[in-house]
Amino acid sequence: MRAGIPFALAGLLLSASFGIVARQAGLPDVAAIAMSLFVFAGSAQFAAVAIIGAGGSLGAALVAAALMNSRFLAMGIALAPSLPGGVLRRAVQGQTIVDASWAMALRTDGSFDRYFLFGATAPQYLTWSLGTVLGVIGRGAIGDPSRFGLDAVFPAFFLALLMAEVRNPRSRGVAIAGAAIALALTPFTPAGVPILAASAVALWGLASAPRP
Amino acid sequence: MSTAWALVAGCAVVTFAIKAAGPIALGGRELPRWFASVVALMAPALLAALVATHTLATGRRLTVGAPTVGVLVAALVMRLTGSIAWCVISAALTTALLRAL
Repeated sequence: MRAGIPFALAGLLLSASFGIVARQAGLPDVAAIAMSLFVFAGSAQFAAVAIIGAGGSLGAALVAAALMNSRFLAMGIALAPSLPGGVLRRAVQGQTIVDASWAMALRTDGSFDRYFLFGATAPQYLTWSLGTVLGVIGRGAIGDPSRFGLDAVFPAFFLALLMAEVRNPRSRGVAIAGAAIALALTPFTPAGVPILAASAVALWGLASAPRP
Repeated sequence: MSTAWALVAGCAVVTFAIKAAGPIALGGRELPRWFASVVALMAPALLAALVATHTLATGRRLTVGAPTVGVLVAALVMRLTGSIAWCVISAALTTALLRAL
């Protein structure tokens, strides 16, 4: 659980800014809080609310949320073999996927420590909900959240995780290729697609997989 | 039901389905060897893509701004101190300072 705490603290700040943004987009207080409780996927929540706030349709907002979350599809497929139990139990365990916990629970052999995943996600869920409440309540006092540089917090976290991850030339190559693909697709595809596409670079692993 | 609540319910269902799909379809199976080597490389690919798009893009436009510098400083701090906390704090501080100028 301790591994999740730095991310939980950052999530607190980010979800507070979500609370503010959601209110600005016209969501009622309770709906903004309910969204964090029941959706718990930051990038999708920001994307969906931004579209509604700009006068977009409900359908467009849901498609944007789905695309933003599409990376969790890839993460879920990767995680699946490490989850035992019945269908319902696996489906519920899959809900604990968030970027940082998923990356940290991944072992070098490609399997996952599922208890690490659950433990690291728990404090993040708690602060994500709490932060949204704080943002909704304190929006007048906080003002514009970007003033505090909060938008740099998450990329900095992901970067720290990445730097721990790229210890050999092959993973370094995959990281560079993944970033390049994501940036190349960004101007031409809806948000979320570039990140999912970047995960395809991992197929590089096939090239050097030990043959049975 | 208002649009706001439809949005909340819709996003909840979509997110649940996406996170559940892999575990439902493939849960509890034995790992083939090739699968493990692909999965082990997914973390660097996805993390690098997240860092790149959060740092160098605003919506669909490629941009260089205060967060770009913030994250560059954070990378340097991470290399020098090895501390995730300092890495993140330096990113936020740098970005906030540049915006305040």
